[in-house]
Amino acid sequence: MNPSVASLVPVLGFLSEPVSVAHYLVVGAILFVSGVACMAVKRNALGVLMGIELVLNGANVNFVAFASPYLQAEGGRSLGLDGQLIALFVILLAAAEAAVALAITLNFYNNHATVDVDRADDLKG
Amino acid sequence: MMAFVSGPTAVIEPLLGLGLALPVAGVNWHTFFFLLFAAVACGFAVAVVAADNVVRMALYLVLSLGATAGLFFLAGAEFVGAMQLMIYVGGTLVLLVFGVMLTAQAPFVSIKGSAGDRVLAGVVGAVLLAVLLQAALSVPAWRRPASGHVGQPAATPIGMALVGVRVDEPDPAAPAKNRRSGYLLPFEIVSVHLLVVLVGAAYLARAKRRKTPRAIEVAASVEPAASVAEHAAIGRDRPRGASVLAGGRS
Repeated sequence: MNPSVASLVPVLGFLSEPVSVAHYLVVGAILFVSGVACMAVKRNALGVLMGIELVLNGANVNFVAFASPYLQAEGGRSLGLDGQLIALFVILLAAAEAAVALAITLNFYNNHATVDVDRADDLKG
Repeated sequence: MMAFVSGPTAVIEPLLGLGLALPVAGVNWHTFFFLLFAAVACGFAVAVVAADNVVRMALYLVLSLGATAGLFFLAGAEFVGAMQLMIYVGGTLVLLVFGVMLTAQAPFVSIKGSAGDRVLAGVVGAVLLAVLLQAALSVPAWRRPASGHVGQPAATPIGMALVGVRVDEPDPAAPAKNRRSGYLLPFEIVSVHLLVVLVGAAYLARAKRRKTPRAIEVAASVEPAASVAEHAAIGRDRPRGASVLAGGRS
């Protein structure tokens, strides 16, 4: 791109430069923080579950970014295939976790007629 | 600038004007689509936190995870991106949406937290985000742009790694302790784990058909509450007693 145009409009300059690992890390950080906030704020049990999914996805973005052959600088060390395989395992375990958490939520709903996690205080000491 | 005149921009230029048409020629499309998918993923992730309605949260989560799959494709992880779409968006989230539909009675569709909690979570989240961004941007090696090295499609090496053979080994002649390990054992553990978990989930969420005389008597004695509970109950299970019903409805 013409450097004078790039310097005039910073966003366009950003568009013309290649993506690095740090870009992906920023996306992963935003997903992770959204998930943590979601887990902390939501009172609906399913909202808490969605927060967990977001957190796992943020971690997955980081794994894939570090494993990516496209994003490595010259001579940089990459996680290689290991990162992608770990991301796959995370996806599978997230599916398992979602199934169990959903079953527990439905059971809780059957017994208490609500999904508000603040009402789940029967075991309070 | 003269170089841009030949090409598609020569047609667009008179229509859009100089300022809009010129930059198109210099755009790195990888970066463009990265920014597109990243904006969708992050924007809808924040929308999940901001939304109160649980049905909308589920929709925003679908869009956010779908855009994340796009990011995986852009990073060269085609297989992981496809699995993300099929397992996550196609499986896990459908499960979640079923959960939302089964429990989305009017009082529970939007349960609001207190304003103080939201402010506190916002502050803590902002601090956590600042720490993570500082860590992400502080390593120079992670900020260097890509070398343009093009990797091989990864489906075959992933499949071989899952049965315990690494075909992406940089040095096959290296001694065993320096070689990369296969993933046969984790693969088996995850398969059995998934089976056990799904059987357990089916057991936990099963419809209970057993009707004790006590439950029928309670259901008959509190008629309005029982109709609500009947509406709410999954399967044919009655809530355990009148006190639980009264507490649950407030």
